[in-house]
Amino acid sequence: MKKFINAPEAVLAEALSGIAAAHPGLKVDVENKVISRGARRSGKVALVSGGGSGHEPLHGGFVGEGMLDAACPGEVFTSPVPGQMVAAAQAVDGGAGVLFIVKNYTGDVLNFRMAAELAAEEGIAVETALVDDDVAVQNSTWTAGRRGTGATVFVEKIAGALAEQGAGLAAVAEIAKRVNAASRSFAVALTACTTPASGKPGFDLPEDEMEVGVGIHGEPGRRREKLRPAREIVATALDAILADQPLTAGDETIVMVNGLGGTPLIELYVVFHEIAAAFADKGVVIARNLVGNYVTSLDMAGVSLTVCKADADMLSLWDAPVNTPALRWGV
Amino acid sequence: MDTDLARTWVQAIAAAVDQHKDHLTQLDSAIGDADHGTNMHRGFSAAVTALADYEPDTVGAVLVKTGTTLISTVGGASGPLYGGAFRAIGKALGTPTADTQQVAAALAAGLASIQKLGAAAPGDKTMIDAYAPALAAFQQQADAGADLDTAAVAAADAAEEGMRATTPMQARKGRASYLGARSIGHQDPGATSTALVFRTLAESLAASAESMGAR
Repeated sequence: MKKFINAPEAVLAEALSGIAAAHPGLKVDVENKVISRGARRSGKVALVSGGGSGHEPLHGGFVGEGMLDAACPGEVFTSPVPGQMVAAAQAVDGGAGVLFIVKNYTGDVLNFRMAAELAAEEGIAVETALVDDDVAVQNSTWTAGRRGTGATVFVEKIAGALAEQGAGLAAVAEIAKRVNAASRSFAVALTACTTPASGKPGFDLPEDEMEVGVGIHGEPGRRREKLRPAREIVATALDAILADQPLTAGDETIVMVNGLGGTPLIELYVVFHEIAAAFADKGVVIARNLVGNYVTSLDMAGVSLTVCKADADMLSLWDAPVNTPALRWGV
Repeated sequence: MDTDLARTWVQAIAAAVDQHKDHLTQLDSAIGDADHGTNMHRGFSAAVTALADYEPDTVGAVLVKTGTTLISTVGGASGPLYGGAFRAIGKALGTPTADTQQVAAALAAGLASIQKLGAAAPGDKTMIDAYAPALAAFQQQADAGADLDTAAVAAADAAEEGMRATTPMQARKGRASYLGARSIGHQDPGATSTALVFRTLAESLAASAESMGAR
């Protein structure tokens, strides 16, 4: 598989250097692998997230005013290590505490848990908000629990806005958990993705088939099916989402149609058209939306849908100013 | 077991992981995210480097340092799980040398660390499916009065048997669990690397016994 890289082992450090050069307003610590806002905000709750690389713009692209204070990228698809997270917390803690936003994967959870213990020993108050929105995986003793995917963007945006307004750590953690609880996602892929280290696709998918219920790490989905028109794919995804989080006429939502890295924007708009039509039929209001590549899986051709049943607080915080490389409005 | 042997063991794991890196990643590619070989290789290479200029007084200090290095370099779930296990094993070996019973107790502490962090049980298709039978075999030999070499060979054999037994299992922990029934038919990468850890322990002890005999 062809890639724009120099060497697989250099990808992360070189990409971080690129982010530093492209966004001089951010502080990029290439050695500790931490992307942060330039200066510590005294008295403001700091939001720190992180996870494996390969999901760009998540998380580094969401560092800035009104969203994250710091992000720690791990190796491609590999959780960052506790030392990175502690370095990030120390770099941005303004004395009001730190909220860790953690996607529910075993590696991320274990490393952030160790980091929270280490940060507490350093005298930093830490709360953790877990994101687990992917309804393709059932939450049961038979799995590691639901994966954290698209809702991470909603959690980081809305909790980031509340922190920017000066709310305390408990309140910021509470809204983060509320947004996660109100959000559901489902994803479908048309191709596998290729990590720089392996150089070949994670699985073979025939031309006329799709993986249904995929995550964001190139792993196969819950099942494989024959490819169908976008309208039917969207119906499958919405059925799974609405079975778990019913919506009724008049409900307000934030909807994200997210490309997994290898899907043309025009196809994402076809998908959004189908959701808008389906929700219009039900009388469900799409109050806000995002259509684009926000939580990717390297070069996977695929799409994820995330629906958040939003209350008035969430919508107002959604509209608050945000100034990051990947999301910017109101500034 | 002394500090030199502990260091030799870690070096042997690094060499084995290097040799089997692509195999581990290939297994992980089928049911995970295709990085287990790369991550283990990065961690154990770093551990070898960290131990190069380290002159510890106890067997445990070597393994604690190894564990700490793994936690700070591996990432993913394997970093805390392997790192925590080596730290727990090391903390139980606070003496310049260790006998079979001491090592058995230390290995038990390592398994306890993995189970506490990962909350997995035997049969979940994880590293525990190699580790638990290896520990049981080691303990059985230790209780029978066997020497370290014999106990380690029994443990390595049991680990490999446990590793092979993960193939028909359905994963209930970690990323492979997202596949549900589709995880069946693939050998678990974590159990495979755990089997390497136990095999290299047996090989390091055998090589050390051989060189002692030659002396």
